[in-house]
Amino acid sequence: MERSESIPLNFQEVEPPLSTQEATDEATRCLYCYDAPCITACPTGIDIPSFIQKITTNNLTGSARTIMEANPIGASCARVCPTEELCEGACVLNQTSKPIMIGKLQRYATDWAIQNEKPLFTAGKRNGQKVAVVGGGPAGLSAARELALLGYAVTVYEAETEAGGLDTYGIVSFRLPKRISLWEVEQVKSLGVSIQTNTRIGVDLSLAELQQSFDAVVLAVGMANVPPLGIPGEELHGVYDAIDLVKATKSTTLPQQFQGKRGVVIGAGNTAIDGATCAVRLGAENVKVLYRRTEAEMTAYQFEYEFAKQDSVEFRWLVSPIAVLGDEKGRVTALKCAEMALAEADESGRRTPIPTGATFVIKTDFIIKAIGQARHRWLDDVGIATHNGVISIDHHYETSVKGVFACGDAIFGQGQGEAMVVAAAEQGKQAAYAIDKKRRSQRAETSA
Amino acid sequence: MADLISNLAGITSPNPFWLASAPPTNSGYQVQRAFEAGWGGAVWKTLGEPIMNSTSRFAALHFNGKRVAGFNNIELISDRPLDVNLREIADTKKRFPNHAIVASLMVEPKQEKWHEIVKRVEAVGVDGLELNFGCPHGMAERGMGSASGQVPALVEQQTAWVKEVATTPVIVKLTPNITDITATAEAAAQGGADAISLINTINSLAGVDIDTWQTIPNVDGLGTHGGYCGPAVKPIALHMLGDCARHPNVDIPISGIGGIATWQDAVQFLLMGASNVQVCTAAMHHGFRIVEDLLDGLSAYLEEKGLASVQDLVGQSVHRYSEWGNLNLNHQVVARINQDVCINCNKCHISCEDTAHQCIGRYTDENGAPYLKVDEDECVGCNLCSIVCPVEGAIAMVPKPNGLPPMSWNERQAAIAND
Ligand SMILES: Cc1cc2nc3c(=O)[nH]c(=O)nc-3n(C[C@H](O)[C@H](O)[C@H](O)COP(=O)(O)OP(=O)(O)OC[C@H]3O[C@@H](n4cnc5c(N)ncnc54)[C@H](O)[C@@H]3O)c2cc1C
Ligand SMILES: Cc1cc2nc3c(=O)[nH]c(=O)nc-3n(C[C@H](O)[C@H](O)[C@H](O)COP(=O)(O)O)c2cc1C
Ligand code: SF4
Ligand code: SF4
Ligand code: SF4
Repeated sequence: MERSESIPLNFQEVEPPLSTQEATDEATRCLYCYDAPCITACPTGIDIPSFIQKITTNNLTGSARTIMEANPIGASCARVCPTEELCEGACVLNQTSKPIMIGKLQRYATDWAIQNEKPLFTAGKRNGQKVAVVGGGPAGLSAARELALLGYAVTVYEAETEAGGLDTYGIVSFRLPKRISLWEVEQVKSLGVSIQTNTRIGVDLSLAELQQSFDAVVLAVGMANVPPLGIPGEELHGVYDAIDLVKATKSTTLPQQFQGKRGVVIGAGNTAIDGATCAVRLGAENVKVLYRRTEAEMTAYQFEYEFAKQDSVEFRWLVSPIAVLGDEKGRVTALKCAEMALAEADESGRRTPIPTGATFVIKTDFIIKAIGQARHRWLDDVGIATHNGVISIDHHYETSVKGVFACGDAIFGQGQGEAMVVAAAEQGKQAAYAIDKKRRSQRAETSA
Repeated sequence: MADLISNLAGITSPNPFWLASAPPTNSGYQVQRAFEAGWGGAVWKTLGEPIMNSTSRFAALHFNGKRVAGFNNIELISDRPLDVNLREIADTKKRFPNHAIVASLMVEPKQEKWHEIVKRVEAVGVDGLELNFGCPHGMAERGMGSASGQVPALVEQQTAWVKEVATTPVIVKLTPNITDITATAEAAAQGGADAISLINTINSLAGVDIDTWQTIPNVDGLGTHGGYCGPAVKPIALHMLGDCARHPNVDIPISGIGGIATWQDAVQFLLMGASNVQVCTAAMHHGFRIVEDLLDGLSAYLEEKGLASVQDLVGQSVHRYSEWGNLNLNHQVVARINQDVCINCNKCHISCEDTAHQCIGRYTDENGAPYLKVDEDECVGCNLCSIVCPVEGAIAMVPKPNGLPPMSWNERQAAIAND
């Protein structure tokens, strides 16, 4: 097969689904623990023993409902959750044999629901109140779903042409096919939620307009694009934003320009891994991930790291870019790098990388920037208090502007690790409950 | 190596593992394959007037992902001509002179019918006879099988008829479909039986298909009760075995049958009074090759226990099997959890909380780690928690001395009467 013809295959889902037999065998292995630690370890609190028990009795609709009830993004989460750090990491069977494959069973049950097209939920009785949700990613969809169940009329405003957020266009299709995320969008729509795509708040409509027409507003805008590296030569032809690259691989025609080329990826989080493996799967000859700290500080999950190594991605530790070099046509030819060393740990326990003084040059045809995502600066202009670009909220998910709530990556702090779909989904639910609680008490006051 | 040679009322075999009268012993070809695989004996598929079998015959109970926890059939006795069976028995006996071949028989409850068939099978050299008073379906409607086996007088009478002409040991195979199996066991002994074997299959309906609403199995849209066997019936068989073994009027050897699938099962039957064991379902589930581990496991067990012969096991637990009225009511055990192996699944907690005596509490230690503890003052020692616990050794039921002298219900009643 021609190399370019085989490329689309590289973007098909890598993990095979469980067969019915495998799923049943695995499900019967679950102990059906009481007050199970796996439930506590799931940020959305899915009743895991219950959904697994339902697989053993072939009650797959019930199983999928148990999952999706607690987690409106349960089908995507089944594929992208770092399960060994969450539910599976907490499974009691870690102590005696091996943990239950909770993620794969969750995928088995939700796949069934996707194939059977059975509606799992019905909207609550309308309560006459309206909520606008800005951003149709995991957090926004989850908030919208929960509010619709509670009886609110919900409108989601999404800047992109399709909803689903990073699940739809940011997480590589060989881990999360777009159709899974779009099914979750359909589930939310089927509850009467209106989803206005191609509508960017702050551009097409203002926040003030939403505040006027709705009883509450939820900001679930996620994070923005990858920020600039801040080094000379960054504007050269051949420097890409990792998320844009992933997005391109999730559209109908795959990019051609990486075939047979050498590239470097800057950063070592989930985004870097995804950018690097995408480049390899698009036909790049050699891809190196450069990180200014070491393997120990890398924020990508172990399974991602292993996956990248299997895709023959190379890793270079303690390297920081200092300049992009190009040819006379403005195309990238090389990256000038500084060698780093780690300083002693500071109070926060983090070891800062400092240049050793040595520099070197890596020849490369393209560069992928994956140094985290920037923040939406427009929020400051409309009076939403932020801290380092992260929206500030109180204990009830309410921002500094009354009636405006926030959830998901938009409120993800500077802590360790990476933002997660499952956490965004849970925050969406919590924001919905907070709105409902507030609206109820206000209604009680006005009627009193 | 320990001696595995077994002896049931004078019928010897190289080891105590026999195939029960059933599909595995339907033909010479099969029985010879079984002997080659290592089985010590075989009770030939029941002979009698040839019958017709239904197609669609078997069904099974699968439990929690494990297949064949129980097995059900509506098969009758041999559907092959008697003279073919007899020829194959003679041929098999010639090839395997040291193995036990027992002919299972079932005829109408008439003296001359029994005399005739006994003479014919003994003529081809069988080592013994097994009278099938157990089949719960088909033959019973014709006055045979369990229809005879449920009436002690008929059991005694027909056994006596057989004994009038038999020259080899006579085993009477008992049906469990009766309130007190010792009644028919005693009748068999009275009739002169040299041994009894038990149990045959238990009346059952394997299931109902929830899509078609048909019975399982069904024959062209109709179902009927069949005989139940396999691992699920083992406790029932053991109880009936124990009841017969300890009965003073049943002092003949017993061949143990019902749910035996492993060497451990076999050891339990031997301890509870069986001189040998018969197996059907386990062989049907996996083939004759299972005998390899039965033999291996039993040998290793005997060696580990320092026993020279399998005969040394027979009946060792019978005296420990008694009436409820003799149990020491002042004896107390309580559950104790081993924190080192407990995996905190909380199954013991919820089962005790919801369905026993609410005495397993959930706590958090100084490091914030969860742990469970039994309130031993509240524990009634029912064993439930240790039964549901998925981790070997996590819950032990330990004796709790209470300083009281042993006292059974019977002793208590006697003491009250003497007051
Ligand atoms: C490359 C990559 C890989 C990842 N891999 C994983 C993984 O394996 N597992 C995992 O759990 N997490 C992963 N994550 C993180 C995860 O994708 C996010 O935590 C999650 O998507 C956050 O959901 P959200 O709804 O808060 O934001 P997003 O998914 O970013 O959704 C925000 C939505 O808001 C829209 N929007 C933004 N501004 C506006 C506006 N002004 N008006 C209207 N709409 C607007 C956006 O178009 C977008 O659809 C990954 C992230 C990246 C970048
Ligand atoms: C399909 C089938 C047919 C049987 N046929 C006979 C029979 O012809 N004669 C008989 O005495 N017992 C018959 N039995 C009963 C078995 O010999 C045996 O008593 C019973 O299956 C219990 O043993 P197990 O639990 O090892 O199967 C049959 C059992 C099965 C499953
Ligand atoms: S902890 Fe493991 S075994 Fe227990 S309920 Fe959860 S998945 Fe099942
Ligand atoms: S033995 Fe019974 S009563 Fe005692 S702790 Fe266990 S379950 Fe509860
Ligand atoms: S059932 Fe066993 S393993 Fe589970 S919590 Fe109780 S003692 Fe521990």
